[in-house]
Amino acid sequence: MADQQVRTQGTASLPQGEGFQENFAARHRAGRVWYVVFQASTIIGIVVLTALLYNIVNGAFGLAAIQNEVNPETLAVEGVPLDKLDKQHLVDILQQNLSKGLLRRFESEQPFAERTREDVYDLVIERVVEPQVVHTWSLYDSLFRRSAVLAAAAEDYPDARIEFMSWIDPKFVTTPQSSDPEKAGVRTAILGSLWTIAITIVFAFPLGVGAAIYLEEYATDHWVNRIIQTNINNLAGVPSIIYGMLGLAIFVRALEPLSSGTLFGLTDPTTANGRTIFSAGLTLGLLILPLIIINGQEAIRAVPDSLRRASYGLGATKWQTVWHHVLPNALPGILTGTILAVSRAIGETAPLIVVGASTFITVDPSGPFSKFTTLPIQIYQWTARPQDEFRNIAAGAIIVLLALLLALNASAVLLRNRYSRRVRS
Amino acid sequence: MQDEMTTVAKGSVAVATGNVVIDAAVDLRKRPRIREALIQGFLFLCGALSILTTVGIVFELGKESLSFFSQQLWEDTNKQLVVAADVEMTTFEIVEGGKALQGGDIIRINDEVMRIVVLDGGLVTVERGLQGTRVVSHSAETDIFVSNKVSLTEFFTGTKWNPQIGQFGIWPLVTATLMTSAFAMIIALPLGLSVAIYLSEYASDRARGILKPILEILAGIPTVVYGYFALTLMTPLLRKVLGAETVQIYNTASAGIVIGILILPLVSSMSEDALRAVPRSLREAAYGLGATKLETAVKVVVPAALSGITAAFIVATSRAIGETMIVAVAAGAGPNLTFNPFQSAETMTGHIVRISGGDLSYDSIDYNSIFAIGLMLFFVTLSLNVISQRIVRRFREVYE
Repeated sequence: MADQQVRTQGTASLPQGEGFQENFAARHRAGRVWYVVFQASTIIGIVVLTALLYNIVNGAFGLAAIQNEVNPETLAVEGVPLDKLDKQHLVDILQQNLSKGLLRRFESEQPFAERTREDVYDLVIERVVEPQVVHTWSLYDSLFRRSAVLAAAAEDYPDARIEFMSWIDPKFVTTPQSSDPEKAGVRTAILGSLWTIAITIVFAFPLGVGAAIYLEEYATDHWVNRIIQTNINNLAGVPSIIYGMLGLAIFVRALEPLSSGTLFGLTDPTTANGRTIFSAGLTLGLLILPLIIINGQEAIRAVPDSLRRASYGLGATKWQTVWHHVLPNALPGILTGTILAVSRAIGETAPLIVVGASTFITVDPSGPFSKFTTLPIQIYQWTARPQDEFRNIAAGAIIVLLALLLALNASAVLLRNRYSRRVRS
Repeated sequence: MQDEMTTVAKGSVAVATGNVVIDAAVDLRKRPRIREALIQGFLFLCGALSILTTVGIVFELGKESLSFFSQQLWEDTNKQLVVAADVEMTTFEIVEGGKALQGGDIIRINDEVMRIVVLDGGLVTVERGLQGTRVVSHSAETDIFVSNKVSLTEFFTGTKWNPQIGQFGIWPLVTATLMTSAFAMIIALPLGLSVAIYLSEYASDRARGILKPILEILAGIPTVVYGYFALTLMTPLLRKVLGAETVQIYNTASAGIVIGILILPLVSSMSEDALRAVPRSLREAAYGLGATKLETAVKVVVPAALSGITAAFIVATSRAIGETMIVAVAAGAGPNLTFNPFQSAETMTGHIVRISGGDLSYDSIDYNSIFAIGLMLFFVTLSLNVISQRIVRRFREVYE
């Protein structure tokens, strides 16, 4: 009874009439439609991320048609198949099939007499049998349209054997770059990336933290300091390729004696110009400096003022306060910010191309003054090639790069969690 | 630390023993702290390095651009001397046809530079031995070159970019950049704003806690990976939907769409921050007046956060213009003045990467030209960033 009364009162207070009802319904309908639109946009973002990852995995694994240059059966000696032959016969095969110059090169690397049978066998497979990937299929086709793929392969490549290839495997990570997609690996690129990043950190971390300390703890409201602050914010928005050009003009060209190592008498006869890991590292350092400073400032700002006052109250100087109290408390935040900045630097490609990464390099970098290539550059160069097999190894290299970034970001998250727990307790 | 402790101890001892006069050995004036000052100086230098970086960018890009605009390029006129010219002659007969010359042009025959004083059909009167070159005699049939400086007008209005034959009009590169950026904005702005509204107004805390980090992953993926994505998934998709004959393998549409995906998290997270900064009381007032959730979001919250959202859009535009690897991989090589998004065209950034990818020799016209493009890119993106900061500062609605 009472309930009914309230209801009638409630509806009575609302305007009546058909026009209102229609308007009311339409407004709510619009609300529902747009809700779906907003939600769909979010889902699109996630779908795209999934598509991106799927696309990479799709390229990194799959069936491949492999064709031998020379049929191993024709190499059999007196009815003994190739894989059962002893070392002497294998060496004979090499001598029959390879040029004198190539043989001499192998001999000088390691005399045949000292090589094991397996080693010689590998050489025969690599140089005489020469298996070549003639066509590759994506993971999706290999799994779900296998019969169609096999039929097409049997028709187009009757001599080839079809194998399931994983383009990323331990060998891929440990072998150097090669012009042959099957033998190519990312060892040189990984080492190049690590060297470059090491220099970036050594350069950018102290300077970035120093600038952050200055701006948060020392800087007064003076026009110079305001300019520095505005300038840092603007630098964070400059396209990375501009930093590459700055690096090219300053580190590579103007500081060539320093960046090529001639100043220290460390010249590598193959480089003798400034396009070295050193230049690349400094360029990336300049690039992430604004990020480290901005993140560092936030971390320092989060340190409670009571700590500083307590320290001053005990008679500590400004620097003692900063060094013993502010920095240790801000450190996890600073490190998290630095790791995020470094993971940005690891993925940077454009500035390093401008600075002058080598297009083809198979030797491990030996120090800061050697030529370099990095993982993203390797990915770029392989992606830019028209052959499908290079796309496959590019996908493999992308997985390596993403794994590296994932590890870095995970450590940043761990640091942040540990830090926030400590503040709460 | 150590010696300060001892000073304090000595001071207190002095006060305790000499209870009438404070010991003169205790100097209570402010002492110069050299170490502190040195440290502060060093920290200031760290901060000032950022200014040095900006100055370095402007100076280096400016210097190389300047030499780009003042470099003398010799263009073949397809004209030759009709008869041999000896050291004394100032009027020659030259072949008609080829590139038209006019009075005042600087020409070069062999190594000698001359200025045309009067030009009368096939007869040309010149001033000889300019720019420190020696006056020598030239045999008949010698080719004549005309000096062709890159003028600012040509640079900003020319429609052909072809350094090999001395054409330096930046428009083909600019239109390509505009097209990729436009595509990126068409994708990223509506999607990014929708995502931001959803996350800030509709999503539960739990959904937000899951969705936001996932979207942030998109922002952390290196751009070269997006380039791979554009070339191996987006382009084949476009070709399948629109037909392989309309869509070229390298095209600006595919690159633009993928740039849009790249900057989507930037737009959404900056806009979301702006939306969440709008105080709850505004929303509650709107609900109290009977507004639906959509009306509250679109007519109250979004207008209140408009400055932040605009800033996000501008920053995203600047990012799209400066994006390099996606266009380098997927948009194609070779400048092409076209407004067809399904054809290949080279953007400013793509051109810089392609030119500097080879072994670039210093002070060549290619080397200087990329710095001129870079300087333009720097000013465009810098002014966009400055505008966005201004907007945030000027138009931010401050709520108590």
